[in-house]
Order: sequence, then structure tokens, then C-alpha cells
Amino acid sequence: MRRIGLALAWTMLTLSVVFLLAPLAVTIAVSLSPSPVFELPRDELSLIWYRQIGALDGLLPSVLLSLEVAAIATAVSLVLGTLAAIAVVRGRFPGREAITTFLVSPLMLPGLVLGIALLQYFRSLGLREALPTLLLAHVLVVLPYVMRTLTGGLSLFDFTLLDAARTLGLSWPRAVLQVMVPVLAPSFLTGGLFGFLSSVDNYPVSIFLTDVYHKTLPIQLLQYIGESPDPTIAAVSTLMIGLTVLVLILGERLVGLDRMAGV
Amino acid sequence: MRRLRPAGVGLLSLPATIYFLLLFAVPLAVLLAESLHDRSGWTLAHYTRFFTTPYNWGVVGRTLRVAVLCTLFCTLLGYPAAFALARTRSLLQSALIAALLLPLSVSVIVKAFGWTVLLRGNGVVNQALQALGLTDAPLRLLFTEAGLLIGITNIFLPFMVLPLFAVVRQLDPRLTEAAATLGSTPLHGFLTVTLRLTLPGLIAGITLVFSLSIAAYVIPTLLIGDTYQTLPTLIATSFLYLQDPGKGSVAGVTLLVLSLATIIASAALSRRFTGRGR
Repeated sequence: MRRIGLALAWTMLTLSVVFLLAPLAVTIAVSLSPSPVFELPRDELSLIWYRQIGALDGLLPSVLLSLEVAAIATAVSLVLGTLAAIAVVRGRFPGREAITTFLVSPLMLPGLVLGIALLQYFRSLGLREALPTLLLAHVLVVLPYVMRTLTGGLSLFDFTLLDAARTLGLSWPRAVLQVMVPVLAPSFLTGGLFGFLSSVDNYPVSIFLTDVYHKTLPIQLLQYIGESPDPTIAAVSTLMIGLTVLVLILGERLVGLDRMAGV
Repeated sequence: MRRLRPAGVGLLSLPATIYFLLLFAVPLAVLLAESLHDRSGWTLAHYTRFFTTPYNWGVVGRTLRVAVLCTLFCTLLGYPAAFALARTRSLLQSALIAALLLPLSVSVIVKAFGWTVLLRGNGVVNQALQALGLTDAPLRLLFTEAGLLIGITNIFLPFMVLPLFAVVRQLDPRLTEAAATLGSTPLHGFLTVTLRLTLPGLIAGITLVFSLSIAAYVIPTLLIGDTYQTLPTLIATSFLYLQDPGKGSVAGVTLLVLSLATIIASAALSRRFTGRGR
């Protein structure tokens, strides 16, 4: 019975890993095949689809727009989120838990609902331009990640260390800079990185705020897949997988895989 | 600690809270108001129109059906997998966690694209099925419910495994041994000890997967298309193509209510089974 249980557990784990990696593996394989009809490479590998990326209409502007929106939204979120996290971890006021829940709640609610709510709200305010509305909306996408990792990091931080540093003669700003910042930097960076990634990847909120001239990367990608799917999309996707691997390696160095996985 | 005094430090939460009030809470309130409003004033007309159309009930039913099946498949795969993951040694364990984190972090559009390639008539899945002799002719997988379920289970499986792993790794194996020594059968031991102790992780995983899968939009759009509408695709078409904000708002409020109900039910469940809130 015990042995059957273990065998079952191992089978399911193996199946899960193969299943999870399959769509990534096939995307990479197809991008390296010379065949134009999504075949796995047989005899030779080819980079022809990577050379075709430059010919994709509208890809570069969408990448730049996504990076711009994500960078600004992440910067704003890091400032607002850090302040709020310090407040709820250090403060002793009623409603701290409610504020924490409120500021991470976009993670649990359907993004599409937030998207249509913002669409109607901005329209009623007469705000119709894509860039400002995207920026305002993406702070709501990024801030929950910052808030979640920083409240975790701050609740582990021993604030009496700051007093100790002051007693030892450090000025207040130096104490914060030399004691608090290095300890909190990992949660700060992971919160920022994951928030940034989720902004670059966001579809359900952006789709209602973009227009013909301002398409973010996911919206442009989905349009390519809908219109003319060819292995060039696989090449772009492979580059995105590569970027994600880089971010994960960076995160592993900063805080370790365990904490990134939240376990 | 003069500068970070507990009394004044609470004010630091004001900027973020005001931002979220103005750009998160108020817009959701506006959406609710919009669903209860038309040119003539306050009305329930959008709701009666939405819920007296049998097609829309079908959409709600399909959304729930896909979410329930996805949660079921994720549980069947993820629950045993978390136990195996907790038993691995450190190096293999890190590699396996990386194998869970990578698909989790890769864009959902990339994964959905990968599945459109895998599931096509002459795609890898069909070639494998034919090579194994399981089928003679290629199966139609893309644009079917089976294809949708494969894709959506794939997207949300890590959200089941990770919270379960967090609980299972802290499980003391001596507890089940103790149960066995005290004369408990393996099944009884599993139900009374192991399942009960892992319940918080299971509830967390089920809540995450269910509330994410009722809201999934990209996967149904790419893997099954407009012929099989779920609440999210109905919301998007109402606003983007039909220009029918009344219908879209009601569908949006319905989806919001469903996900809030999921979260509340899950909080109540974990309090009931663990004696404490999460």
C-alpha cells in the first residue's frame, strides 16, 4: 500500500514535469526547424525564423511600449509599495490587515473585470489616451507583488538593528542605508522583478486600454498568432522563454528558488 | 527609534491606499453602478436581459464546468506530485522546483502558442498517439473542450503543486508510522493524519486554481475560439466587438461575485478545518 502510494506520487510528479515543460520544449524545437509548418527539426537546425523576426510588423514598438509601461509602473509601485509595507509592518493602527488585503487583492480578482471597470471609469472621466491609462492601470498590476514580498521581508527584519546602528554613532540616513537597505534589497528586487514580468505579460487589463497605435507586446503577439501563425512567433516566444530563464537565475541568486516559489 | 514611530508610520500607507481607492475601488463601484443603470436611470433591466437568455446560463455553466474539471485534474496530478517532490534530495528538488517555476513565469501567450502547435492535427501529440497505435487517424484536439482542458490544466498546475509542497515538506513522516503502530490501516492513517494535516495546502491550491481558471481568457481564446464562450470571453466580446457595455458589465459583476464567493468560501473552509484563518 505504502509502496503503491509512493509509485503513484513519483508517476504523477514525472508526468507533471513533462506536461509542464512540453509547450516550452515544443516552442523552442519548432523555432529551430527550417520547416515553415511547425515541424520538429529532423536533420538540421536553422536560425532562419530568428532572422525573420525583424520583418514582423509592429513588434519593436510593442516591445518598447511594454518595457516603458512596465518600467514606470514598477518604479511607482516600488515607492508606494515600500512605504505601505513599512506602514503595515511597523505601524500599530487599526485596519492594517485590511489595507494589506486591499493592496494585494488585484492578484486574486479577475484581471478582465478590472480591465472593463477601468475602461468605463476612464471613459467617464474623458481620459481616452492609451499611454496614461496603461500606466495608471499597470501600477495596480505591479504593486501587489511588491507589497506581498516586502511585507514578508520586513516582518523578518529586526528594527532594533537600526537603534543599534544609531547607538554606534551612525547618522539616521546612514543607518537606514547600511543596515536596512542591504537586508531588504532581495525582497525589493524580487517584488520588482515579478511585478515587472507580470506587467510585461499582462493581457486582460491592457486589451481594453490599448488602441491601434499603442499595442503592448502580449496584444501584438496574440494578434500575430490569430492572423498568420508561422514559426517566427516560435522564435519570438523562445527569446521570451530565454528572458524568463535569465530573470529566474537572477532571482535564484538574490533570494533562492524556495522563497521565489513561496514555499 | 524616533523616526519610525509606530504612531506616525501608519501614514506611509496613505499614498498607496488613496491610489487604490481612486483607481481600483471606485472603478469597480462604477462597474457595479453601470450594470444597474441605463439611459432612463437605475434599473435591473441589464440583469433581467442577461439572466433570461438561456445562452448566457450556458456560458456561466461552461465557465464553472471548465474550472471544476481543471481544478480536479490539477488536484489529481498535483497532490501526489507534491509528496514525491517533498521526498527528493536537495539538488534534484531544486531542479524540480525550477521546472515548476519556469512554466509559471513564462508568458501565458507563449504557453498557449506551444499548445496550439502540440495539439494540431499533424502535431506532436497526434504523432505520438499514432506511433503508439492508440489511434489510426489524427484526433481533433485543437478547438475542442479536451484541448481547452489540457491547456488550462497545464497553465494552473504549478499553483496547485507549490502550496501543497509548502505543507507536505513540513509533514513529519513519523506521524503516519505512529498511526500504523497504533493499529490504524494505511487508508485510515492517510485520511485521519496525512490528509488532515495537508488540508490547508489543498484548500489554498484549490482556491487559487479555481479562481484563476474561471477568469482565464487567453487560453480559451486561442485553444477553443468563439464557438465555446466562457464568462471572460463573453465580457471581452461584449465590450470590444458588440459595444454592449450593459451585457458586459453584468457578465463582469457575475464573474467578480463568483471569484469573491470562492475566496470567502475558502477562508471559511480553512477556518473550519484548521481552527484558524489563513
